Amino acid sequence: MSFNQFEFFDLGYLDYLSYKDTFIHRIDPRAKLIVSLIFIITVISFPKYEISSLFIYFFFPIFLIAMADLPAKVIIKRIFIVSPFALMIGIFNPIIDRKVIITIYGLGITSGWISYFSIIIKFILTVSTGFILIATTSFPGICLALEKLKVPKVFVLQLMFIYRYIFVLGEEVVRTMRARELRSFGKKGYELSIAGNILGTLLLRTIDRSERIYQSMCSRGFTGNINLSKKINFTLTDLLYTLILSAMFIVLRFFSGSYAVGRMLLGKGS
Amino acid sequence: MSHHIIEAQDLYFVYPDGTKAINGISFKIIHGESVGIVGSNGAGKSTLIMQMNGFFLPTSGSLKIGATPVNEKTKVDIRRHVGLVFQNPDDQLFMPTVFDDIAFGPLNLGFSKEEVEKCVDESLKMVGCLELKDRPSHHLSLGQKRAVSIACILSMGPDILVMDEPSSFLDHRSRRDLINLLKKFTHTKIIVSHDLDLILEVCERCIILKDGKIQADGKAKDILSEENILKQNNLELPLTLQKNNILK
Amino acid sequence: MHMADALISPAVGIGFWAASISVIALCANKLKNTFNDKIIPLMGVMGAFIFAGQMINFTIPATGSSGHIGGGLLLTIILGPWAAFITISSVLFVQALFFADGGLLALGCNIWNLGIYPCFIAYPLIYKLIAGNSSNNKNIMIGSVLGVILGLELGAFSVVSETVLSGITELPFLTFTGIMLPIHLLIALVEGTVKGAIIIYVKNIQPDLFYAENHSDNAFLNLKKALISIGVLALITGGIFSWFASTHPDGLEWSLGKISGQEELPPKETELHKNLSRLQEKTAFLPDYSFGKQESREPENASWLAVSGGTSVSGIIGGIFSLGLTILIGIVIKFFRKRNLVNTQ
Ligand SMILES: Nc1ncnc2c1ncn2[C@@H]1O[C@H](COP(=O)(O)OP(=O)(O)O)[C@@H](O)[C@H]1O
Ligand SMILES: [Mg+2]
Repeated sequence: MSFNQFEFFDLGYLDYLSYKDTFIHRIDPRAKLIVSLIFIITVISFPKYEISSLFIYFFFPIFLIAMADLPAKVIIKRIFIVSPFALMIGIFNPIIDRKVIITIYGLGITSGWISYFSIIIKFILTVSTGFILIATTSFPGICLALEKLKVPKVFVLQLMFIYRYIFVLGEEVVRTMRARELRSFGKKGYELSIAGNILGTLLLRTIDRSERIYQSMCSRGFTGNINLSKKINFTLTDLLYTLILSAMFIVLRFFSGSYAVGRMLLGKGS
Repeated sequence: MSHHIIEAQDLYFVYPDGTKAINGISFKIIHGESVGIVGSNGAGKSTLIMQMNGFFLPTSGSLKIGATPVNEKTKVDIRRHVGLVFQNPDDQLFMPTVFDDIAFGPLNLGFSKEEVEKCVDESLKMVGCLELKDRPSHHLSLGQKRAVSIACILSMGPDILVMDEPSSFLDHRSRRDLINLLKKFTHTKIIVSHDLDLILEVCERCIILKDGKIQADGKAKDILSEENILKQNNLELPLTLQKNNILK
Repeated sequence: MHMADALISPAVGIGFWAASISVIALCANKLKNTFNDKIIPLMGVMGAFIFAGQMINFTIPATGSSGHIGGGLLLTIILGPWAAFITISSVLFVQALFFADGGLLALGCNIWNLGIYPCFIAYPLIYKLIAGNSSNNKNIMIGSVLGVILGLELGAFSVVSETVLSGITELPFLTFTGIMLPIHLLIALVEGTVKGAIIIYVKNIQPDLFYAENHSDNAFLNLKKALISIGVLALITGGIFSWFASTHPDGLEWSLGKISGQEELPPKETELHKNLSRLQEKTAFLPDYSFGKQESREPENASWLAVSGGTSVSGIIGGIFSLGLTILIGIVIKFFRKRNLVNTQ
């Protein structure tokens, strides 16, 4: 049994980035949420064997990383430690699909490799978009956006509570695990039932805490309804941001910029 | 009708599991008074103040806020008048940002959005933390969390402030800030604390509790300098008075 | 076992989003009606608990890999199906954002796979029947292990179905199922044991915490309704999928062909099909399954999509060039931002 502190502190780091103050950070969370979704949908709507048209889409994450002053290295590193489920499943493509379609200097490239490469690009694009969204939008901002977009209030509240208490409970886990480590005298590898006990204790404490939170809510007039009030304005800038970027994604989906640039470079005209 | 008065008459409380936490308490706290409640662990301090917010109702005897007895029907109304600051700010601050937390109470009172904004600003100004307004609660230091917890209560415009261990978790500096803050409030105040020096500075009256009974009730200066009474209740002289003794 | 954006087609992604959001709305409504104030903070911290709990990795015996608790069944045992579904959905939402577990579009699939089965199938049909509100440790353990197994296996099966429906991978349905189910059986065994241990531990100390104790009768009635509504939803989503699949039969045919050992089933190029697929390339947000047939198409149609010959070389060169250019622009923007900062300070 080990404790994954890495994950915990990393969460804190993205959270910390999200409170920066740049042009991108100031854009309305609704705009950023919608633009990210449109981006992802457009990217994954490309056919299985598409590679070249996808390249141009890197402009979006790069643009955001630059404008929002995010540490590119950290984002890139994170992309590669994300659960590689897609890449594991995708590797079967070159194994199964071995039809050679292009030969470059005698080297046959199979359609399986092309579709796998396409999965990799899509993976990098979608994952980085997710990270950049959360690194440029504070989580409370996202909750607010969801609330304004008419997502059920219980769900939004639920997100707010999770966000608030991830950090509190996370620290509790850190403390418990440290105490454990101190008492285990360097012995590693606990039985599953001990994991059960530790988690059970944490669970009981968590439930006690919910009781106290409930009291605190009641003492401030809670009677079953939670009202949220924060105001946000969807400004002209937000509107332009949404429209221009979405339009760009969609236009690039149908008229590949890569081909145009490539033809120009190769002097072929169109 | 004034809500600034708290009166307990022969108050008893037994937990559902049979623990007798409050065993016949009577006192009267009047408008503007500040009262410290001290006693060792398990004396019943927290139970007593939870009753002032109607979370536990008297098993027998009565507890009145102003002229209203605390019971099932009145408890919601009473919570508007008695602001309870919980021991652990992480339980009290349950919303993601400071603004949301402070706005929670006023919104429940049905304030309009503009009123809520104003109310949040004013409460934060009172505790000197206006710049924290848009911060997420988990980025605050413990002292800031404590101040924001108090602002949450102030935003409801209570007549009486009740606090459970306000100086726990605080470092020297934050504790000093807290004491200065508490001294400024003109509300009726009830402060439960192990920190007898804080009580000595902030409260003019002090009640000692042991096994759910009142052991002493009087001027804080007098009671907190009586070494015998304190010893009988497993308490120690406040540090400031100890130094004086040595100097004498 | 999180489904990833890069593996799904927009149709599958959007379809499951719609399905999951409908169930969330249904649950939200249910909670509003049978209201118990206390459940709001309880749900909230339970979500955070699942997170904190997942930070504790335990080694899976004899495999060297590590596992952590998933949320669904444990949440349902404490909160009941409605509240648990909302809580697990929100946990997945936060995971998608902060850890890129899955992704924003695959979130619908993930909520479906990891929420519906434990909350509305494994809990009522397995855990509740076996362990119910008994305090017999053996029953709790068996109920928990079997419940987690059913939930995870159904989830894994969904992952396979969603992937194959999306047609991004070449992995044939049966092979894929054959890989996923045994892996998840192993994970489920461990997770079920840990969950059982947690429940037993908590039940010994505080026996009155669990949903079943407090909702013995009407839980079952609600359950019937829940199963019916979910059945209807499943039918609707199924309908949407088969519609998409039928407008684009290549993917399934192809994998069938693989399984039966043939290279490809004989193509049935009806006029309608040709037109449909042409229309689809232009409009629908669906991946193109039919690379193999690309050459047979009229050149003017293929030109903007094709990966063949000269165009593809220019496409790739153009793509790489644009990528290089954007990176360069990005670096320049960053450089000027920094300089501006220095200047203004
Ligand atoms: N929820 C509870 N159920 C049963 N007994 C309790 C509960 N909370 C506190 N007690 C008991 O009531 C007594 C008074 O506790 P409390 O008011 O918390 O003391 P203090 O705050 O002075 O330390 C103690 O004996 C304690 O064990
Ligand atoms: Mg106490």
